[in-house]
Parts: sequence; structure tokens; C-alpha cells
Amino acid sequence: MTFLRRYGSMAGMAAILIFFAAAKPESFPTLGNWLNISQQVSMLLVVAVTMTVVMAMGDFDLSVGAMASLAGVVCAVAFVRGWGIPEALAFALLAGLLGGLVNGALVSLAGLLPFVATLATMTVFSGLAFILSDGRTISGNDIPAAFGDFARNGWIIAMDGERALRLPPLTLLALGVTAIAWVVLEQTSYGRRLYAIGGNAEAARLAGVPVARLRLSAFAITGVGAAVAGLMYAGRVASANPVQGDGLMLSAIAAVFLGQSLTESGQPRVLATVAGVVVLGALDNGLTQMRVDSYVREVLVGVIIVLAVGVSALARRGARD
Amino acid sequence: MSNLALDQIAKSYGPVQALRGVSLDLCRGEVHALMGENGAGKSTLIRLLSGLERPDAGRMRLDGKPLTLHSPKAAQAIGLRVLHQELQVVPGLSVAENMHLHRPFPRRLGLVDWRRINAVARVALDMLGLAHIDPRLPMGRLATGDRMLCRIAATLVGQESPRLLILDEPTAALTHAESARLFSVIDGLKAQGTGVLYVSHRMAEVIALADRISVLRDGVLVASYRRGEVTEARLIKDMTGRALPDLFSPRSSAPASPPVLRVRGLVSGPLQGIDLDLAPGEVLGLAGLAGSGRGHLLRALIGAVRRRGVVELTGKPLPANPRGAWAAGLAYIPRERRAEGLMLRRPILETATLPHLATLCGRFLHRQVERAFLADTGARVRLKAAGPQVTPIALSGGNQQKLLFARAIGAKPKVMLLDDPTRGVDVGARADLYRLIRELAGEGTAVLLASSDLPELIGLSDRIAILQGGRIARIVAAEGLSEADLLAQTYRVAA
Repeated sequence: MTFLRRYGSMAGMAAILIFFAAAKPESFPTLGNWLNISQQVSMLLVVAVTMTVVMAMGDFDLSVGAMASLAGVVCAVAFVRGWGIPEALAFALLAGLLGGLVNGALVSLAGLLPFVATLATMTVFSGLAFILSDGRTISGNDIPAAFGDFARNGWIIAMDGERALRLPPLTLLALGVTAIAWVVLEQTSYGRRLYAIGGNAEAARLAGVPVARLRLSAFAITGVGAAVAGLMYAGRVASANPVQGDGLMLSAIAAVFLGQSLTESGQPRVLATVAGVVVLGALDNGLTQMRVDSYVREVLVGVIIVLAVGVSALARRGARD
Repeated sequence: MSNLALDQIAKSYGPVQALRGVSLDLCRGEVHALMGENGAGKSTLIRLLSGLERPDAGRMRLDGKPLTLHSPKAAQAIGLRVLHQELQVVPGLSVAENMHLHRPFPRRLGLVDWRRINAVARVALDMLGLAHIDPRLPMGRLATGDRMLCRIAATLVGQESPRLLILDEPTAALTHAESARLFSVIDGLKAQGTGVLYVSHRMAEVIALADRISVLRDGVLVASYRRGEVTEARLIKDMTGRALPDLFSPRSSAPASPPVLRVRGLVSGPLQGIDLDLAPGEVLGLAGLAGSGRGHLLRALIGAVRRRGVVELTGKPLPANPRGAWAAGLAYIPRERRAEGLMLRRPILETATLPHLATLCGRFLHRQVERAFLADTGARVRLKAAGPQVTPIALSGGNQQKLLFARAIGAKPKVMLLDDPTRGVDVGARADLYRLIRELAGEGTAVLLASSDLPELIGLSDRIAILQGGRIARIVAAEGLSEADLLAQTYRVAA
């Protein structure tokens, strides 16, 4: 029973992977498929690990999806206006930084609840993306070929018969962001202070943690992460429209929650979030291969989150008694 | 006549025997005090009596008839009320609403009858002589002591007195004046025939208040006394199993040297202009009534609240934020250790090193260094913990407080600010902390000690500053001062 509580959600996630491997032995557990999954989840991974940074403080950010869309649109509009790739990327990242700082300022300086503040900025960012793009998809000749090529190329790491298996650059980029997030959150004094804020904000303040400043910076990190993901998305489809990143927000929060259910203390951890992302990605991929309707998929994802988080909440309640 | 009787009650949690055959009775119209260190089994006994848990063995009887309490409801039904240590109130609701939380709101035509709620609350408050509390005020606007009294009044709502009332450390959060009011309320309930089981660490108040005193140690009832039969020294020996000749080690004579902390014209919240000099190695006590700003002065010095005026540490202006203040050489032990001190769900290591991360680790964490830090300071305060990764929840109140002391002494502070440092701490840990504070003073650390515990103030301090009307009314030498003297000083109207 104790085992089920502690490792139940880990076992459940392993069971999902084993199930797909058994059901589709020739296509699911292959290197090619996993490289594919890694590219599919790369944007989600970036958003989810940077979301973990604010969730370590006990906050969260609902505006990341809208920010990803906005960043993609900013970049594409810059291309349309004749800017080069470095400038366009810089504008988009700057938008992410500014948006994150606005979120941080609303939460830490104005004292709004993160839910309220980021719900409001979510609609603002979304509206800005529509205004900038005129509500249409920007694609085709406006987008420099090199921008889209980055996402499409990759390094050949193995051959599958005739087919070359490439390591997708987006995967590498996402792993890089993950590594940075892991170092920042779990190996630096900065990260420790964020966890301290999450543990007890008032106690942290009285112990000399500059709570307001750290909140501000953490939201800025999450904003930049969302912008990076938006750029990855735009690069992958070589186009930008004002809603393309919107779905990332719920999936990212779901991934962090799933990850939390894996840790002993039920706290957001970077590597646990990675596991959450992998499970969501594998689920998507596996169910598609089994030709399960995408609406059914959504129901399943919801059920799995409730199960995982429910089991870990029960486990912690058990540990307290 | 014995009303409630426990006979050979036993209770274990896994391998831990919390109670090993305890027999205890409680009569109507008496105050029966239950004492014991943390872990002695008091909380377990309270949980059994509240119906939260059931004993493994033994019997309970009420008026001679067998009694089983399978739920808190069952305990309520026989007229038993438990007031737990932590204040359970909803600050946003009115006093009257809070008093009705555990019962149906009176209704009229299907809607809540507000007039009746307030009237019923008024009656209950008046029964305790609490005419100064308006039941329509939000609970959050009341002082801590009044909130406690409201919770007691809530047990009277819509009925005669509870037959049995269990109070768990009711004065832990109260000032002296608030405690005095509570005691008169308890006397009133006693006169109306209520039996009160009074759980407390504070020996002086138990000796003054209780008709009988029973002491638990390691799950066994080790002693039971009638009023007037026992001394504090005897109780300490019963609780700890060893004699503590004197809780307070002798004062060290503070060398005359320039002040380490100099405060001039400090204005903040209730403080109207504080002037203060603190010498190295001096323990300065802060005494004052509720609202005198004792604790607020410490919060202002650490920079947790806005302040105006001059504050200098060794001649240099002290930064007015907690980060700068810790870095400059201040350390602060807050009054509410759970709400203001501990990261309850994070490893104790993280609570201990938090203010010192910059000096211990710099930009990147060095867990070896952190562990060595905790091992060092933890040993110095005699912290008992299973390792650096356990969470503070797993520690007793005394050890939680030691953890905060370990953190505070970590950077060899020039000045320590202590706000009620032994609140809810058992007598063994308390002795350790007193010894530590004296030791630190001997090494030259200046200590500013705000406390509602008069014996503690007198026993630890070199001088005691009395706060009145937002100013320091006078400073008296602590040596030879009696509690009565100090109380008189505190109440004396400033000339």
C-alpha cells in the first residue's frame, strides 16, 4: 500500500509506455519514433520547465500560451517589415522578457494573485498577437527560408534502412533550456531562494530573501521561455498565427503537476517535469498510432492527471497522519 | 464526584507507545492541569478525548457509565469541548459567525437570521463577562487574546456551560493581561460546574490556577498533586525526570564598551520614538502590555516593517530591509515560528542556511558546506533531528525553535533579536535555549529579548526596558527584580 502511494504514479506512467510498446511493437518503441516524439514535445518541454521556475515559488503563469503565440507573431511581423533573422529573434525574446516582467510586477509589486494577473495578461498578449498579425497567418515568402530550415534539418545519428534518422535541432534546443532550468533551479542559491518562497514566503522575507525582486525575475524567465517556445513553433511550421501557441499553457501546467506527483515531497522539480512532458508526448503519439480519436485522447489525458495527482495527494496525506 | 474517568488507557503509533496505561479523572467544577514535555503523551490524550482517535486498550467512563468516543461529534454530544492550541478562526468572518461555525446558523423564513446570530453570540460573550467584544466585528480585527476568549465563548452558544472543557496551551499566544482575563473566565466556568482539563507548559500559571496537577512523562502518569502540594522545582523534576537546579545560568558581567546597536527616534507602527543603546554581550529585555510594540520594535529593526529614525550597528547605518540587516550582522527569531520562520515542507537544511546562502555558497549551492554548517550549529543548540533532509513538521516544538536558533547563530551575529523565543517550548529544550542565550552573551553577542514570560525576562536579561505609549518609559536592572515588581512597572502609567 505504501509502495502504491509512493510509486503508484510512477508505475502508472511506466504502464502507459509498456502498453503502447506492446500494442505497437513495430512502430512505438523505435528510435525513429522517439526522435519524432522528442521533436513534438520540444516546445512543450521548454514552456513546462520554465513554468516550473514560477511554480517552485508556488505561483503559476497562465499567459505562457498567449505569449508563445505573440512571440511567433512578433518575429514573423519583423520579417515582413524587412528585418533580418537576428533582429526578429531579438524582438520576440524581448517581447517575452517584457511580458514576463509585467506579470512579475503585477504579482510582486501590485500584489495581484498570479491567477488574476496572468489571466489578464493572457488576454492582453492574445489580443496584441491578433492586432499585430491582423488576425491572419503570416507565412510563405515573408518568412526567410533559413528560419524554417533550422527546425527541419538535424544531425544524422543512425540509419533505419534507407531512411536517415536525424537528431532534431528543436530537441537539442529544448534539452539545452532544460539543462539551464535544472542548474538554475536546483544548483544555485537563486533557485533555493525560489523554493524558499514557495515553502513560506513570509518566512523567506524575514530571513532576508528579496521576495519581490525574485518573483519579478522568475516571471521574466517564464516569459522568455514562452517566447523561445513560440519561436520554435513558428520555425517548425515556417509561419506564425495568433493562436498557434495557445494550447501550450494547459499542457505545461499538466506536465508540472504530473511531475510533482512523481516526487516524494510533491514539489515541482525540473527532471520530474521532464518526465511529465514525456508521458504526455508518448500518450499523444501512442494514441494517434492506435487511431484513437483526438477527443477521446483529451478525456484520457484529463483522467490520467486526476489519477496521478490524486494518488500523490493521498500519499502525502497518508504521510502526515 | 468523578465525572469523566479514564482507566488504564493505552495508545500506540506503530512501535511508539504514546500512552501506556494512563488513569486520570476530571470532576465537574474543578480545574485539572495536565503537564508534560513535548512527546509525553498530552496531545495523544487530547486526541482520544476529542474523539479523533480511539484507544488501543483501557476504558472511559462518564458518570460511571461506559463511554466510547468514535467521532468528534460523539465528544460534542456529551458536552465535551476541545480548544486546540492553534487558533482556528476565520479572520474574514464576524465574531458571531465564527462562534457559529460548528453548528447550524439560526434561520428565519429559510434565510440566515443575522439578528439572532448576533444576539446569541452576545449572550454567550456576556456569560464570560466579555462585554468589550462586539460580535459583529470581523474576527481579524480582534487581538489574539480576545480571539481565544471568543472561541471559549463559542462553546457556550445556545446552551448552558459545557460539561467538560479541554484547553491545550491556551496562553501560548496571550499576553499577561490577556492571560489574566482568561483565568477569570476559567474561574467563572468552574463556578458554573464545568470541569476544565488545562494543558500547559507554564508552571507558575498552572500552580496558581489548578485544583489538581497531573504530570505525564513518556506516556505514563508519573505524579498527581492537589492544590498547594507542589513546587515548580518538583514539577520540573517530574516532567524531565531530572532536577534542573536553576533554569537560568548566572549572568555574565557585560563589559562597559561603546554600544553595538544605537537607536534614536525610531518611529514605526505603534512606536512613537524609541531611543536605545545596546552594549555587546548585553541581554536587554523588552516588557510591555499588549499593543506596546514589543514585537514591532524587533520587526522594525530587522527591516520587516517601514521605519523612520536613526538605527546604527557599530556606528554604521543599518539597512532597513531584512536582507541588509542579516548581512550586516543581525539575526532574528520571529514570534510565530510556523508562519514566519520555518519552511515546513522543505528539508530543515534549507531553513537553516537560507539567510547565509550568499556567504556559505555564493552563486552555486555547495551542499557539503551547508551540511557542515547545520551539523555545527545544530550541535551547538542541541538540535535533535534525524538528518538534514527531514522536514520541520517532523520536529517537536522545542526542536523547531532550536532549528531557528541554529540558523540565527550561524553567522555569528552581533545582535540577536528574539521575539518570545520559548513560546510553546517544553522545559528541557527551554533550559537548553536559556543556556545558549547566556553563552552567546558571554561571547559578546548583544541580545534584544521581547517576551511575555516574566520569569524568563527577569532570569535572562541584564536590564529590562519597559515600553509604554510607543516609547521606552524606563529601563530597570533585572537583578533582584520580582515578577510583581516588573508587572507593577509595566502597568504603571507613564508620568
